[in-house]
Amino acid sequence: MAWNFTSDRPIYLQLIEHIQADVISGKYAPGVRLPSVRELAAEASVNPNTMQRALSELEESGLLISQRTTGRFVTEDYNILEESKLLLARKIAQEFKQKISKLGYSSKDAIELLKNL
Amino acid sequence: MENILECSNLFKYYSGKPALYNLNVSFPKGKIIGLLGPNGSGKTTLIKIVAGLLTPSSGTVTINGMKPGVETKNMISYLPERQYFSSWMTVNDILTVFNEFYTDFDIARARDMMQRLGITPENKIKTLSKGTKEKVQLVLVMSRRAKLYLLDEPIGGVDPATRDYILNTIITNYNEDSTIIISTHLIYEIEKILDDFVFINRGQIVMGGEVDRVRAERNISIDELFREVFRC
Repeated sequence: MAWNFTSDRPIYLQLIEHIQADVISGKYAPGVRLPSVRELAAEASVNPNTMQRALSELEESGLLISQRTTGRFVTEDYNILEESKLLLARKIAQEFKQKISKLGYSSKDAIELLKNL
Repeated sequence: MENILECSNLFKYYSGKPALYNLNVSFPKGKIIGLLGPNGSGKTTLIKIVAGLLTPSSGTVTINGMKPGVETKNMISYLPERQYFSSWMTVNDILTVFNEFYTDFDIARARDMMQRLGITPENKIKTLSKGTKEKVQLVLVMSRRAKLYLLDEPIGGVDPATRDYILNTIITNYNEDSTIIISTHLIYEIEKILDDFVFINRGQIVMGGEVDRVRAERNISIDELFREVFRC
């Protein structure tokens, strides 16, 4: 299945988020080797150059580690993984906050709502 | 960055009517580029000139620094808008023709892709469906190790599953040293496999740039930008 993209943001940013989510959800567990750029590009149905750009940024953030001969691996650094998870969670929470405030909910009411789910 | 293709002050008239009108454009190496424009905007004319099938009325075209000719034809793998096989030929016949004609043709790769598509090499072209014919043509074109690929409407008139197959064949066969120019008006489908795009209208380039830059700066897709620019 090709990955889905929204039209309002750069594709490489959406690739970054998709891979972050795959790491956090355990599809790519800590220490696991990622498929090649080409394989990932084919899976996502995107330009390999765009996938390369996303992977390079994930390497810079430390979530992925590139080993010259053997490929690209998910970090085993607990702090980086937790940080990445927190970033993603914040993003989801922010989106939720924005949407729920449009309905006239205060943060307090929204928290109540979450508790009772 | 080095350019694989440069066109300057390109004009092409068909019996007095301009198809290309002072067109200027250059394409870098190693990119997948969308040549996007409405019907009759000059996409096919430009591609045919680059492929060496038409001569411009005036202006210059260089491919890897050379004028269109025998040498540039060897560097270019061209997918025409229409199919050009004789219907009595078998898939095997066509593989043989390509193999004899093009020194950069990777017949093993082509056979492998045909097999995965479930195409029997002994089948005659006329027995294949329209979608399958399109796939066969694309497999042949992408099995060459060319510097420049010119794909004229590769996804026009085929179903969504066939489109996905075609797009995937393009990206899995693309290598960093080659450039692919894809002409189409089906932008939504093709956008995510492009590095760059140019908009062509009335024989001129009216806009161009990086796909992800447009998305970052304007928060819209190329498909939406196209609809704005070419609103009727």
